[in-house]
Amino acid sequence: MDKNNLLINLTDISFSYPGEPEILDKLNLQFSRNEKIGLMGPNGSGKTTLFHIIMGLLKPMSGNIEIFGKSIREEKDFIDVRMRIGLLFQDADDQLFSPTVLEDVAFGPLNLGKSKDEAIDIARKTLEFLDLAGFEDRITYKLSGGEKRLVSLATVLAMEPEILLLDEPTTGLDEKTKTKIKKTLRELDLSYILISHEFDLLSEITDSIYTMDKGKIIFDKEVHLHEHVHAHPHGSYSHEHK
Amino acid sequence: MTVEELTNINSLINRIDPRVKIIEVFFFSIVVAVSNSLPVLLSALIISLGIILTAGIPAREIFRRLVPVNIMIIFLWFFLPFTTEGKPLFNIGTLAVTHEGLIYALRISIKSNAMMLMLISLIASTPIFTLGHAMLELKMPRKLVHLFFFTYRYIHVMDKEYIRLINAIKMRGFRPGTNLHTYRTFAYIVGMLLIKSFDRMQRVRNAMLCRGFKGNFYTIRNFSFKKIDVISIALMIAILIVLGIMEWTKITYSSI
Ligand SMILES: Nc1ncnc2c1ncn2[C@@H]1O[C@H](COP(=O)(O)OP(=O)(O)OP(=O)(O)O)[C@@H](O)[C@H]1O
Ligand SMILES: [Mg+2]
Repeated sequence: MDKNNLLINLTDISFSYPGEPEILDKLNLQFSRNEKIGLMGPNGSGKTTLFHIIMGLLKPMSGNIEIFGKSIREEKDFIDVRMRIGLLFQDADDQLFSPTVLEDVAFGPLNLGKSKDEAIDIARKTLEFLDLAGFEDRITYKLSGGEKRLVSLATVLAMEPEILLLDEPTTGLDEKTKTKIKKTLRELDLSYILISHEFDLLSEITDSIYTMDKGKIIFDKEVHLHEHVHAHPHGSYSHEHK
Repeated sequence: MTVEELTNINSLINRIDPRVKIIEVFFFSIVVAVSNSLPVLLSALIISLGIILTAGIPAREIFRRLVPVNIMIIFLWFFLPFTTEGKPLFNIGTLAVTHEGLIYALRISIKSNAMMLMLISLIASTPIFTLGHAMLELKMPRKLVHLFFFTYRYIHVMDKEYIRLINAIKMRGFRPGTNLHTYRTFAYIVGMLLIKSFDRMQRVRNAMLCRGFKGNFYTIRNFSFKKIDVISIALMIAILIVLGIMEWTKITYSSI
């Protein structure tokens, strides 16, 4: 693997919540530029936890984190990481904290040092890009679940991240909105890791699928080998033929 | 949810620069706090009432926000009239109600309500980010501003969490009564409220960190000195001077 293109390099990451058994056990993950990978795994297997570790919201008990070629140890190292990696939270309620949509979307760009006008401009463009024009002055906590999710995506995209970490971005969305998100992800030329329980979705918009199992990440399958997946609506658990 | 609701009202007051609002509330509160004569306090109360009427805040909201303060004040009325030394006016049982005590309680009531009304009309119409930003602009200590911001933000979180919990028990047909089941349920609610709010707070913090929050508040609203700011400052200064003169010279019947 080309060293320069290695964006995220996790080695031997172990993690447990206080007083609980280990969730991640010497986990390894190499993620390179322009990769689009899917991550599956049963409920509670630690997928969300892994994302939070990458963003520095949780501190692993042991192991090494290397992001953008730099070893990341302290909180201040993560500040830069968070500017360049966008995390879409599993629960959209966690993502939005400003009263109005426009303020929330502009929050990131402002923190990136953009001027007020630039930030507003970026926010408006991002909303437009996601067909959310007209949402600017809506109150964030009064949006519907699906709207919240799209606005959340807007808040993340507005920061123009190099990597997206998407934690079940389409759960609970209708087909139309799902299609919109799929289209958006395809159009954006970004590297991303996408957690989902929907094998169909992953096979459509990712290049390879990994599975979380017993605290480790295992390579599951190259998606292009599975052009027939649409015949298997129950996803990867129903066809474990490697 | 009501915590941020008022910020969308499009009134004249809402357009005042938040820095100006903070300063005005600050000085108004100081003048009211140090004033003692009843006419001055009454005038202050009337002025703040007048201002809040132009702020376009629904009357229900105003009352709702005044309730907590006035609950405290009701307690004061229970003992201040009896415990303050002075000329006895009449007796309730063996306790003498003093003239000074009554005046004292009345003063506190008027002062608190006047300040609250001014605070509601000016500050409640300002979004929290803007307020935080304005406080930093006014060179208030960063720690203090953060404390203020997160307290506010987390009260909001707790309120939301509370509503969720209440809805959850309502959905399952809970009806309060005087029995152990009710008490236990309420105990659970309080416990869960604290734990879940704490968890939520962590999440809000995480969300902010993930978007590059480094302790600075930015706001997309413009801070600029406009005509309305100059007018409002001039008005406030005039009000404060008049109140000050009234208080200082006691030109009114100072005996009250
Ligand atoms: N704050 C926490 N404190 C203690 N344990 C936690 C906490 N958050 C998650 N866990 C536990 O850690 C395990 C992994 O959780 P995580 O959210 O990472 O799972 P997940 O793979 O994302 O699951 P899902 O597919 O349901 O989203 C779960 O067993 C969960 O109960
Ligand atoms: Mg999860």
